[in-house]
Formats: sequence, structure tokens, C-alpha cells
Amino acid sequence: MEDTIVAIATSLAPQAISIIKVSGKDSIFIVSKIFSNKNLSHAKSHSILYGHIIDNNEVIDEVLVNVLKAPKTYTKEDTVEINAHGGIMTTKKILEILLKNGCRLAEPGEFTKRAFLNGRINLLEAEAVNDLITAKTDAARKMAINNVDGILTKKIRKLRDKMGQILANIEVNIDYPEYEDELIVTEELIEKNLKESLEELETLVKDSHNGKIIKEGLDVAIIGVPNVGKSSILNFLLDEEKAIVTDIPGTTRDIVEGSITLNGILLNFIDTAGIRETNDLVEKIGVDKSKKMVNSADLVLFILNNNEKISSEELDLIKSIDISKLIIFINKNDLERKINLDMLKDYDYVFGNTKEVNGLNKLKEKISKKLDLGNIVHNDMAYLSNVRQIDLINKALEEIKSAYKAYEDKCPIDIIEINIKGAWNYLGELIGEAYTDELVDTIFSNFCLGK
Amino acid sequence: MYDIIVVGGGHAGIEASHIAAVLGNKTLLITSNFKNVGDMPCNPSIGGTAKGIIVREVDALGGLMGKIADVSHIQIKMLNNSKGPAVRSLRCQADKITYPKNIQEALKKTKNLEIKEAMVEDLIVENKKVKGVITKKGERIEGKSVILTTGTYLKGNILVGSKNTPGGPHGEARCDNLSDKLKEYGLKIIRLKTGTPQRIKASSIDFSQMQEEKGDLTPWTFSLDDKPSYDVNKQHSCYLLYTNATTHQIIRDNLKKSAMYGGYATGVGPRYCPSIEDKIVRFAGKERHQLFLEPESLYYDDWYLQGFSTSMPEDIQEAMVHSLKGLEKAIITKYAYAIEYDAIDPLQIKPNLENKILENLFTAGQINGTSGYEEAAGQGIMAGINASLKIHHQKPFILKRSDAYIGVLIDDLVTKGTIEPYRMLTSRAEFRLILRHDNADLRLREYAYNLGTISKEQYQNLLTKKEQIKSLEEYLKNNYLKLSEDTITLFKNNNLDIPKNNMCYYDLLKRPEISINFLSKIISLDYSEEVKEQVEIMTKYAGYINKAYKEVEKLKKLEEKEIPEDLDYNLVLNLASEAKQKLLKVRPKTIAQASRISGVNPADISVLSVYLKKEYNKK
Repeated sequence: MEDTIVAIATSLAPQAISIIKVSGKDSIFIVSKIFSNKNLSHAKSHSILYGHIIDNNEVIDEVLVNVLKAPKTYTKEDTVEINAHGGIMTTKKILEILLKNGCRLAEPGEFTKRAFLNGRINLLEAEAVNDLITAKTDAARKMAINNVDGILTKKIRKLRDKMGQILANIEVNIDYPEYEDELIVTEELIEKNLKESLEELETLVKDSHNGKIIKEGLDVAIIGVPNVGKSSILNFLLDEEKAIVTDIPGTTRDIVEGSITLNGILLNFIDTAGIRETNDLVEKIGVDKSKKMVNSADLVLFILNNNEKISSEELDLIKSIDISKLIIFINKNDLERKINLDMLKDYDYVFGNTKEVNGLNKLKEKISKKLDLGNIVHNDMAYLSNVRQIDLINKALEEIKSAYKAYEDKCPIDIIEINIKGAWNYLGELIGEAYTDELVDTIFSNFCLGK
Repeated sequence: MYDIIVVGGGHAGIEASHIAAVLGNKTLLITSNFKNVGDMPCNPSIGGTAKGIIVREVDALGGLMGKIADVSHIQIKMLNNSKGPAVRSLRCQADKITYPKNIQEALKKTKNLEIKEAMVEDLIVENKKVKGVITKKGERIEGKSVILTTGTYLKGNILVGSKNTPGGPHGEARCDNLSDKLKEYGLKIIRLKTGTPQRIKASSIDFSQMQEEKGDLTPWTFSLDDKPSYDVNKQHSCYLLYTNATTHQIIRDNLKKSAMYGGYATGVGPRYCPSIEDKIVRFAGKERHQLFLEPESLYYDDWYLQGFSTSMPEDIQEAMVHSLKGLEKAIITKYAYAIEYDAIDPLQIKPNLENKILENLFTAGQINGTSGYEEAAGQGIMAGINASLKIHHQKPFILKRSDAYIGVLIDDLVTKGTIEPYRMLTSRAEFRLILRHDNADLRLREYAYNLGTISKEQYQNLLTKKEQIKSLEEYLKNNYLKLSEDTITLFKNNNLDIPKNNMCYYDLLKRPEISINFLSKIISLDYSEEVKEQVEIMTKYAGYINKAYKEVEKLKKLEEKEIPEDLDYNLVLNLASEAKQKLLKVRPKTIAQASRISGVNPADISVLSVYLKKEYNKK
């Protein structure tokens, strides 16, 4: 806590302004060594100064410097923010100069860690701040706020209390072995309780998946035979929504063409290579890749044309896709209908074209219904969303599974109880009613920089 | 001048004075009546769930209770045998004449121990340091440290219905002034209440109407050094009976007459040991409640009616008892009564049982807010050991929660305090899987030997047992099952699946359905029962046990983070105000202890440990 830390607070990408943040008791002193405006050392708190960053008599950039003196800063330490001119090279150069002059590069989450250590925020707030920083959509931001409010806490506490009940009952049986005055925990009772706990934990794990959806969105793969018009539909969708066109590189998937927000959920569209049976090796690789994408996508949009008959090739493809995540879009409904609809009677399909919004709106409705987007968002937002939380829920689930196995192995009740207690403890840790020393470090290493 | 003065000859005072003398201190035990030393004023049993394990721990540390119980009982059984290795516990019916007699003899034989009959009414205190005691007759007796084990005698009040009689359990004089004096010295005094049921004359009981409860046919001993010396077939039985609709009606009709419901009692009674009127009110839907009749002694006629404790007046008690099947003509030799008494708030005690306000003053047993002979004995032996360490300027001996039930007991008292008489329960011990009845010696005898409370021979036995355990484990790990016609038949005859050939015995023993006794039918295992039992438990539950040890390791790091005694909690930023108050009151010694205080939540612990780290780094 004695040293002064520095980090680039904005993302390292070509942009107009970038911010370099310095925090610690020497921050003003260090910045003044490289700043042309000599008023810095006696500047008032929360003021802005104009000047240049200078290194070895060479002007590096023209900047604005915000001076924020302790304790009214995020970290409760003296803080200096340098607003520089964007470019990656310049920003990095300023960072280097600061490091050379006595700053230390901040560890991930270190600003928030200091805010916590200096009594600026509490632990729960600290965790939620991380989620706020990474929130991409309104729903994600709401989720982060809700977690602080404790809706999730209530939900988990309820489940935990139920486990607590059976634990208490087992304990009574153990401590008063000859008394029938209390309910005797029978095998049936244990089994019932374990099954219920299993179910509820699994729901929480599923919900945690929803939490991930809110944060990261869903993948929609657009597929069809080559030249069926996939790209024009995609462009129409993106254009209509004035979409946030991003280039999020996935680890296992191709580049996302663009994203739109539907019912508050981010939909990431993935264009695939056309799929058809082929013997050409190069083309086959492309096709295999597309098939993989179809499998990993949350939704598959299959494009057909209204004015063409469905080929046997297309039908085979349609049949190969999991029906629960398949929507067929029949394009060009402004042209004469030649498509043999009777072949599609088992499938969800929507008509439309790229010249008017009517059909596309219907498609969006269909997507929303198919992915149950309304429920994801309108549910009380009580989702587990960060890695630590999901990890704890999974650990609790594992404990209950072990308890069930111990029960099946006819282990004595005292042993089965250990696992139930384990689950109960993990849930306690999750809602902040248990304590392990690693908690603070684990949480803070998951933080991104700054506020 | 004495090294150590112990005031009170109950189960805490016995162990405290005995161990202090064993450690070579010139020790004085002061009791109001030596004939009552080792008395069992409530139930005629020693041990029970969790408590039986405490008896073993006292024994492992060199105490008396287990050894005397072994030669004083008329029935013994293992509880919770089927519920798992960690919750097994011994309980015996101790003879209420034999047990005190044997205790008194043992004390008389103890070297360095003097016994004196007197009533202590005050302490000699100089500059907040205790230097001895003052008796009712005004005699000043000097000692380097004083251990108070006054039980229920501090301002004791006996309650039967609206009748309220000052006095101790035997109708003896109570100690009137000591608790007021303690208050004057700055201690906070709390008032607690406990109760005891009726005693019934044996010849007036129709046992044929009740269900007989026999002792185990397997011989047991509490002490790790004893071999069973009783005949399992000559044990005495207890009897089970039930309350009925008439009983409940009588109680409901007369509720206002009971001391508790009539508002005549001020002390807080224990939740775990409710009076019968409590049970009827709280569990209105229950049609009947269990009661047990237990013989008090072979030398007199009283039977103890467990489960029927009440503070109803005598005439109502008569009606209640006579409504029970088999007790229609019962003669009540002693009515049930409640007793109120003064105790000190245990938050004023340090983990070594020394008082925070008065130096060199130690307390143990009911005065610390506990209930039960075993809980008293456990604290007594620790107070004796720590008083001795203190006068020899040595570091206190503090058992961790992962060492012993006694550690859990004392940590709970000094960390959480209590508002009702504290009884040990298995559920209070988070590490109970490693705090077993069967491994008390493995857990504690090393400590005991280093302290000097057990002999070289006892220590040698421990080392031998450890070696034997290791040797049996190695054997099972390095030898493999060879399936033959005989072994296959053996498995089949016992309805067991035939395992794979060449499986090592250790893995075989891990299977839930394979016992070590079954294995010894295949291979000869020339080891003692204790060793075999130990290896069986450690093998079968290895996964669970190892997990528990890992947890202990984790906690150990927190136990090592000490909090300075003079820490100014007001300087710790962002500490919740409730947490701050609690921390100021308890003044925990370590971060681990702090984390166990209710009202101190994990965020507060984080803030506190971060603060300590920061401050420590500065220095």
C-alpha cells in the first residue's frame, strides 16, 4: 500500500481519448516530474490542468491532468488521471515513462482492492463493482445491481435454511439418541430432502447459465445453402437495429458478424459458410466448421427461399439440426410461392423479405419466444454471474451429489451429514455468512482495473 | 502459602485440584462438606452423547472421572453405534454412593493435595491480583492462584412451585457473599436456572408396566488405561415409560402453579433440557413423551425419573407421577425442583480459563455457565493445568477446536458467551469426525505427556499403539486378496459380492460392506481391538477424514493470526458498529476466534485482517 500504482484505465484500442490512472501517496510527485505545467504540485483537489508530457526534453503528448487528492477519491489515496490522445503507441509510452519514474504497474483489480482496504467500499460492493465495469447491456447492469440488493441472497438463504433444518434434525437425533420426541430422520426423509436440494441447486446452476447469457449474450448461427441470401438478411437485421457492430473473437468460433439487443439480451450473429455435401477437400473443411458452429450455437436460423422448392439436400440439413433451437426463415415472400410447405409442417417457420420490416419483426418475435428471452430478463434477475459464485454453487451441488452417493452406499447418517453440511457451508460462503481467508484475494484477482 | 487453592469439590474442583497436585503444586481443596465431594446431585449417569467423549478426553489428559466411573457403574452402553464413528459415545449409570466414595479415596491418596472443610466468602485481592481466599470464619488463606468451582452454591435458590428456599442441592447452606464480592471486584454476574426430576421409591414401582433397557453385552471402559472389570451379565437395567393424556391434562390445568409459568423464577433455564410443562406447552400436538426410570444406587432405594423435571408444587407432582402407568402407587422420596444460582458471564474469561479482570483467578464448571458433570470435569482439568502453568510462568495450554471437545467447549464459552446453562452437543463440534471417542489418546496424550500429567508407561502405550496402527495399515496396503474356493464361499456365505482377485486388503476394507472383522477371517490380524477399530475407521472414512484435516489446516492459518490484546478497534475503518462492539467485549486472541463471534461477519474479518496486516507491515 506504500507504493504508487499506475494503469491504463481505458481499453487499449484506437480511440480519441485514453486515460492513464495513477494512485498512491507519490502520485502527484511522480506525475509532476514528467508534466510541463509546474502548478501540479500545489493544485487544488478535483481540478484539471493543461500541459504536456515530457520525457528527456521531448514532448510526448498534449494532455489534460485531473488532480484528485485523498480522501475523496475512489481509492481514498491521492490520484492523478492523465487524459491523453488516444493512440496505442502514445498511451503505452506515457505508461512506460511513469513506470520509469517510480510507479508500479497495478495488478488486476488493485484499484478496487485499495478502495476496499482503505474502507471506501465493502466486500459485496467490491464484487458488484467488477460486474458493473464489465456490464455490456442494461440487463447485465441491472443484474449487477440486484446482486448487491440481495435478491439472490434471499433465494440462496431459503435453500440453505431448508438444508439447515434437516441438519438440525439429524443433530437432534444424534444428541438425543433414545428420544422419540423429535422427528427421527429416516432414510425416506433423507432421500426426499437430498432430491429436493439437488433439484434446486441444479436450477441455480442453470440460472447461473442465464446469468452468463445476460453478460455475454447468445450465439445465433445463420445457415443455408450457398447464395440463398444469408448475408442480406443478416445485414438487414443488423442495419435495422443500428447494431453494435463488434468483432468479438471467440475461442472456438468464427468472427461474430454483428450483435443486436433483443429484449435486453445480446444476440451475436455468426455467419456460416454455406453447407452442402461436397467431395472437395477445402470446401469440406469449411462445411465441417459450419456444422460445428451449428452445434454450438444457441439458435440456428435456417434460410430458405419462398420462390424455390426445398431441395433434398436442404431437407437433410434441416433434419440434422436439433429442432429445439431451429427457426426457418422463408425469405422473398414478395415473390411467387413455389416452396413445398407441407415438408415443413413439423418446424417453426416465418415468412419475410428484406424489403419491409414486417416479416423481420415476426422473426424477432419468434427468436425471442424460442430462446425464452422474456423469461431470462424478466425473471427477478437473481442470477449467479461471476466465476466465484458459480464455482461455489457447483461445489455445493457436488456435496449434495456426494451425500446422495453416501446415502446409496448405506453410509451412516453422520457421514451423509458431513456432505450436507459442506453444501450448507458453501452456500453460506456465497451469501457471506461463512469466512475463508482466500476470499479477498480470489475476488480481487478477478477484478479489472479501475472503476 | 499454597500454590493453588481450589474452592468447591464438585466435578470441576476434583479434576482441578487433582491435576494441580499431580503437577507438583502444593494444592488445597476447600469444600463445605467433604462427604459431598464427587456427589451427583442430578442424574445418576456419566457420559452420554458428546459428554462421553469429554470423559475420555479428561482421561487422556490424566484426569480421574473415567477411571472412577469404570469402577463405579452398574450399567454401561455405547450410544449411536449405528449412526457413524464420530458420534459414538459411552454412557454409564454410575452408583451415586460408590462414585463419590471412590473419588474421595482417590483425592485422599493424591500427593501434594490437602483438603479443608470451610465456606469461602471472599477473595484476597491486591491491585486486581488474587492472592488467596477468606473463609466465613474470617480465616485468610494465601495462594498463588485460586480456582473457583462453586457449582450452584452461589446464591442458590431451590424452587418447588411458588416455594422458594435459599440453599444448595442437599439442603445445605448456600454461599451468600462470594458473588456480591465478585461483582464488587468488577465482574458481571448472570443468573441461571437448572432443574432435576423426582426420585421414586423402588418398592413402589410396578416395573412390569414398563420397557426394560439393558446395558451392552460388549464390555466397555471409559479410561484408556483400564481393562473391563465388570460382568456384562450382571448389569442393572433402566426402564422406559410414557406420559399420557391424563398427565398432560393435569399439567395444563395447573400451569399457573409452576414456578416457571407462574413467574416465580428469574433465572434462564436450558432449552435442551426442558421441564415437562415446557414440553407439553411447546409440543402441544404430542400425545405422549418418553420418560426413563434409572436406579440411583445399589445402596439405597431411589430411582431417578428422567424427563419429568418440573417446578410444579408438591401436590401437583403427586398427581402427575400417579397418572403414569406403573407409578400409580409410587412413593416420591424427593420432589422435582428447579435451582437458580449465580454464575459469571464467561465472556470475562480468557481461553486459559483465567479471569480477564482479576489476575490469578481461574474458574471452571457451572460458575462459567455450563451444565453437566462432564463439562465441569473438562474445564476443571484445564483450569488446574493452566493455573499451574501460570505460576510457573509457562505458556497457557489451550486446546483447539480441532483438538478436543474440551477445546470446543471453552472456545464457545469465551467467544460466544452463554445465556443458558451450556451443554456440550456433538453438533457444536465442526470437526467431530476427528474428535472421536476412539482416538482421544491419539489426540491428547502427547500433550499430556509433555505437560507431565501422564506417566512414562502411559506414554509408552501410546507410542506402541501408534506403531501398531501404522504396521497394520502397511500390511493391508501391501498384501493382496488371493481368491480361493474357501474365500469365495466365505464371501458368498456373508452375502457379499466377490471382489476381484489380487485386490489389496486396504482397498477391500474401503468398501462399506466389508468390516475388519470379516477380513480377519481371511487373514490373521494379530492386533488389539482398538488398533483394528482405528485402522478400520481411518480407512473406511479416509476421504472424509482427510477433508476434515484439510479444513483444520486452513483454520490453523487463521489461528496463527494473533490480534494484539490492546488493539484499538476504533482505528479500524469500515468495521460495522455491531462487530466493533462485539470485538471490544470479547477481545478475541486470534482472527479465527474473531470469525466465530456472532455479529462479526466475513466482511468485518476481512477488514480486520487487512488492518492488522497493514499495521504489522508498518512496524
